[in-house]
Amino acid sequence: MPGDGNERKQSIGRQIVLPFSKALEISLRGIRVRLWRSLITMSGVVLATAFVVSVLASGDVTRTVAADGSPAAVRALQEIGIDPSEMREVNATNAWLAVMSLMVCVVGIVMSMLMSVSERYREIGTMKCLGALDSFIVKIFLLESAFQGIIGSVIGAAIGLGVSFLSAQIHFGEILDGKWPVVAIFRNTGLVILVGSILAILAAIYPASLAARMEPAAAMRVEE
Amino acid sequence: MTEEKTTQTIVRTKDVYKTYNLGKVQVHALQGVDLEIYAGEYISIMGPSGSGKSTLFNMVGGLDKPTQGSVYIDEVDMAQLDAYELAWLRCRKIGYIFQTFNLIPVMTALENVTLPMIFAGLTTDEARDKGVQLLGRVGLGDRVQHKPYELSGGQQQRVAVARAMANSPAIILADEPTGNLDLSTGKEIIDLLQRMKREEGVTIISATHDLKMLSVSDRVVWIRDGKIDRIEQRENLNIEVGTIDKQTE
Repeated sequence: MPGDGNERKQSIGRQIVLPFSKALEISLRGIRVRLWRSLITMSGVVLATAFVVSVLASGDVTRTVAADGSPAAVRALQEIGIDPSEMREVNATNAWLAVMSLMVCVVGIVMSMLMSVSERYREIGTMKCLGALDSFIVKIFLLESAFQGIIGSVIGAAIGLGVSFLSAQIHFGEILDGKWPVVAIFRNTGLVILVGSILAILAAIYPASLAARMEPAAAMRVEE
Repeated sequence: MTEEKTTQTIVRTKDVYKTYNLGKVQVHALQGVDLEIYAGEYISIMGPSGSGKSTLFNMVGGLDKPTQGSVYIDEVDMAQLDAYELAWLRCRKIGYIFQTFNLIPVMTALENVTLPMIFAGLTTDEARDKGVQLLGRVGLGDRVQHKPYELSGGQQQRVAVARAMANSPAIILADEPTGNLDLSTGKEIIDLLQRMKREEGVTIISATHDLKMLSVSDRVVWIRDGKIDRIEQRENLNIEVGTIDKQTE
């Protein structure tokens, strides 16, 4: 009888929350299978972080050279169009460029995650029909984006470091001997990797929650 | 036979109304549907598109909630369930089969079948053993490591049947399961579903236009304009095969 619903409710259990490792496994597989798409998303992160890291590292280098103050250093700086007395302005412009490029990168990630969600509407609906909790769907998408963010930032940082190292070698070579601002460069690089990864996760929050809120009945729809 | 079956109702809808708001227009998809589905029966829901068939189908499968009235699955009011209980219900009590198979394309046949078991908390080893056994039962023992795109439509639907049976559900909800298959393959899937019903005692609820499917149904529910038009027993159906043809158009 419908009336004794509460008693019979005992027969309904509560779905368990899956271990993190399962979400990790499924999201990794998602990346592997859509490798090409992932690489495109990742390339956005790579380019942005490479740019930011090279801007910051070059900034560190020029500051070191400017602080050196020797005639050779001043000449080297002037050769690349930097007036040591205007370092403050240069830093402000660099910071602005860095922030802008990271913002563009975030928009890129949001777009590609939205695409990834709409592409997998039926898959998500099916998973929900099979018993996936909303939180599980959220985890899959956040993890996927986090991986793209972390791997992309690390690769981008390496490229950025390489480029700024080469350019510093060319322009300042001997002036920097034994004076490389190693600590500052690595601190900034670490910071950029961290920021890049966090931004990648933040960018996936909206697409992921969109996916999780989807009705399981969407899996039934035939069109597509 | 029917005497024994009527004793246990597995799905019951009570005066169910469903209204969708499409902008300023209200669409009354269901207008007072009372339906009882008995444990272990094979029931088909029929109706032209726009009749409310899909809405009713989703309702009895726990995929949608009524605007008014109640849906009971195993005598539990769906409206009382929270998200965790609904997920549990979908995972353990109901197996879904879709017209478009809906296998996860990035997973092998075995991984597709084991996914609901993983959701149910089985260990990877337990799930693998059970998955291999299920795939064997649907005749795909030699295809466990194939990806969906390496399988024919009929084989994909077999995987889907195995996946639907993964957690030994009480109900299999099949949405036009033969809609994307040719005649003989469709027949094979119907036979497979019938076998599952016979061997496991699972209740099969299907939305279909397929006459082959109607002839194996214990009962056929005809929906028209959001209401139950009539419910026919199989015995009556066989006589009226000629008329069914017209009504499905």
